[in-house]
Amino acid sequence: MADILAILPQQLVFGLSLGAVYGLIALGYTMVYGVLSMINFAHGEVFMVGAYIGWAVLTVLIGHAFGGLNPLWVLPVLLIPAMLLCGGLGVVIERVAYRPLYARGASRLGPLISAVGASIVLQNAVMLSQGARMKVYMTNLVFPADWRFNVLGVSISVLSIVIIVISLLLMWGLVTLIQRTALGRSIRAVAEDREMASVMGIDVGRVVSMTFFLGSALGGAAGVLIGLYYTQIDFMMGYAAGLKAFTAAVLGGIGNIKGAMMGGLLLGVIESLASTFINPAFKDVVTFAVLILALIFKPEGLFGEPLADREKI
Amino acid sequence: MLELRQIVSQYGPVIALRGVDLTVRQGEITCLLGGNAAGKSTIMKTIIGLVRPTSGTVSFEGQTLNKLPTRAIVSRGIALVPEGRRIFGRMTVWENLALGAHVRRGRPQAEIDEDIERIYGLFPRLRERVTQVAGTMSGGEQQMLAMGRALMARPRLLLLDEPSMGLSPAFVDQVFDIIQAINRQGMTILLVEQNANVALSIAQRGYVLTTGRIVASGTSAELLAADEVRHAYLGEA
Amino acid sequence: MTERLTRYGPFLLALIALVAPLLAPNDYVIGVLARICLYALLALGLNIVVGFAGLLDLGFVAFFGIGSYVYAFLASPHFGLHLPFAAVMLVIIFTAAGSGVLIGAPTLRLRGDYLAIVTLGFGEITYICLVNLDRPVNITGGPNGLLSIDPPSFLGFVIDHNIEYYYLFLLTLGLVVLLSRRLRDSRIGWAWRAIREDEIAAEAMGVNTTMAKLQAFAVGASIAGFAGGLLASWQRSVFPDNFLLQESINILAMVILGGLGSVLGAILGAVAIVSLPEIFRDFALYRLLAFGLILILVMILRPQGLLAPRSGARRSAETK
Repeated sequence: MADILAILPQQLVFGLSLGAVYGLIALGYTMVYGVLSMINFAHGEVFMVGAYIGWAVLTVLIGHAFGGLNPLWVLPVLLIPAMLLCGGLGVVIERVAYRPLYARGASRLGPLISAVGASIVLQNAVMLSQGARMKVYMTNLVFPADWRFNVLGVSISVLSIVIIVISLLLMWGLVTLIQRTALGRSIRAVAEDREMASVMGIDVGRVVSMTFFLGSALGGAAGVLIGLYYTQIDFMMGYAAGLKAFTAAVLGGIGNIKGAMMGGLLLGVIESLASTFINPAFKDVVTFAVLILALIFKPEGLFGEPLADREKI
Repeated sequence: MLELRQIVSQYGPVIALRGVDLTVRQGEITCLLGGNAAGKSTIMKTIIGLVRPTSGTVSFEGQTLNKLPTRAIVSRGIALVPEGRRIFGRMTVWENLALGAHVRRGRPQAEIDEDIERIYGLFPRLRERVTQVAGTMSGGEQQMLAMGRALMARPRLLLLDEPSMGLSPAFVDQVFDIIQAINRQGMTILLVEQNANVALSIAQRGYVLTTGRIVASGTSAELLAADEVRHAYLGEA
Repeated sequence: MTERLTRYGPFLLALIALVAPLLAPNDYVIGVLARICLYALLALGLNIVVGFAGLLDLGFVAFFGIGSYVYAFLASPHFGLHLPFAAVMLVIIFTAAGSGVLIGAPTLRLRGDYLAIVTLGFGEITYICLVNLDRPVNITGGPNGLLSIDPPSFLGFVIDHNIEYYYLFLLTLGLVVLLSRRLRDSRIGWAWRAIREDEIAAEAMGVNTTMAKLQAFAVGASIAGFAGGLLASWQRSVFPDNFLLQESINILAMVILGGLGSVLGAILGAVAIVSLPEIFRDFALYRLLAFGLILILVMILRPQGLLAPRSGARRSAETK
């Protein structure tokens, strides 16, 4: 027991970094849900593709080893292409797999099945092009394993703090964009009343595309961060991560942007505690139990209706 | 200015409009009277492009509208104040007005600010509530906001769908005064109302709609004198 | 011509199914035929949930797995139990139906999308439990699975050849086809259709939507569980890897390809999806990619499915 207490603070930091990434992915679910009232099933796969893009860029960088890999420039070089390409991928998925369906006014089941199809296509396209074996991020060339510092006897890695900070920065950027810009205003208008948004002269289709772009870009960033953190990625990683991020979005109240981030952090901590105190093999069972309990007792999210209502995009 | 010719509209098997002809003249208030489910709101939605007519044409200043998406119709100078107001309840009053000016994006901010000032001049209540979340305002205030939001687009034709619905009598008078004032400044208005007395008192011309058909039309004076209008609407009112 | 085909098609299909193993060149082909029947059962079960009631279940294979493991628990040396075949299958039906209700219940008040996610999670959790519940007490046998399972036996007659399994599965399939058609044309089938088209309107028409959804879940799950029991008795062993997420996707692809809500379509979907990889061996690697594309393309271009001769809606109109 004493051993467990000794590693507990470290586990908490671990859980918070993991949770920050879940929160980033959850933002994509929650934004799309806010605007289209549908769950973008392929979002977990967009995250996975982001991890592969980051891996490819990092591999190229290492091959050319420009006199040491300083995280100050390596991180943007990994993140920006992953975000742009994943954003574009999200837009394509929406155009190809979803828009023809809801434009026709199909039942709810159609887009959902099409989304499952999109997710399978992405998984297998990556598997066929990159191989089924896992890829390894050479994280220690950017963040050496001994980059750690001690706070009150707890050893914390620089990388985990960097991940939390980047996640919070991206989220702050998103909230600012949604709350302060004309584009954000249009997104909120479409989320609240699609028909009236078009009466305002807003191009609803373009706003939906932008929403997919933003959510998918954050998912891509999350993929890079998870790749750096876990160092191993494979084509199936989007599935479990997507399930967890969705749970985070539900915990935060789906459609609620700040809630998604809070839900992610909470879930990350729950998961790391479950790994510490229970069998790590069952950590996903715990996540799932959290999802079920949240759906039964608090389907509107932990932060209650009023906040969910006001903050909903 | 606006012409509807032989508009037929169907929702699945239900026929909402059965060949409607209607003209709105420049500078006038034209009112559209009729009971529940007569098809008044369907006409409004058809003009703005939210409902596609099965057949017939809508033309505005000589251009055909009925193939255009809503946003293109709006940018040609038509604005709608919908039934039930439908303001963006989770946004502030200021944000609602800014959204109203969406079709004019790219214009200098100073011009937009000036227009917002003008709206505050028409509806002083809104100035007091700039930062308030619109959904928390009273029905009358929301109606003012919905009208202000539509005016922010600087339309040449304003469609008003049941502006008096659910408002207290004092507010109704105020809203109709403002409608008249806007009209005197040169705005062409198509007004849908159940309250025929009030509507005909400010309109120059009117149409009466029953189950998707125009059954009477003419100047306000003619309609006020017509038997079917008196029986159907003025008796009730 | 087409009308005659659609009228006699099912009988023709039944006739082919009856004589097929007699014409099969070898035992391997008979095995493939038996597997087609087993998957057709699963497709029919999922067709009730997704096709009839419009509830997207992405963890359907979990019920298949539960059926298999219950069979293994009750008829193998693992716990030293050797209950008669019929008794085991009866237990399976109730266990699977119960787990269907258990997983359906929490999400019934919520929108359909949530159900899809929860069932996805449920499938994953079932798999994790099957792999890991060998310690501290050995329940599932872990990744090694459970072996030496009893074959089916009826009054002393023990089934142990592929051809006998085939006819057992075919008999079950025939019964489930009849059950599906009866359910579809019954009151509950009407309620399911109403929910699928518009849940709020269904409620307004007086359909007890909660009850109807739970029934769809329970019936679908018990069919899958039953198929799982048959699988265990046929393989004489069960492994967690029989019940991966991919299997859920395979079954869903069968139902979609055949046309949501079409009984004949679900069977044809199973025939196509089980037999095509057997015919095109090289296809195996691209199979899932193709299924993903099928799901998208069918939804966009032909929501009524590719294989069903008639759409589900028209069919039900005709049977009235």
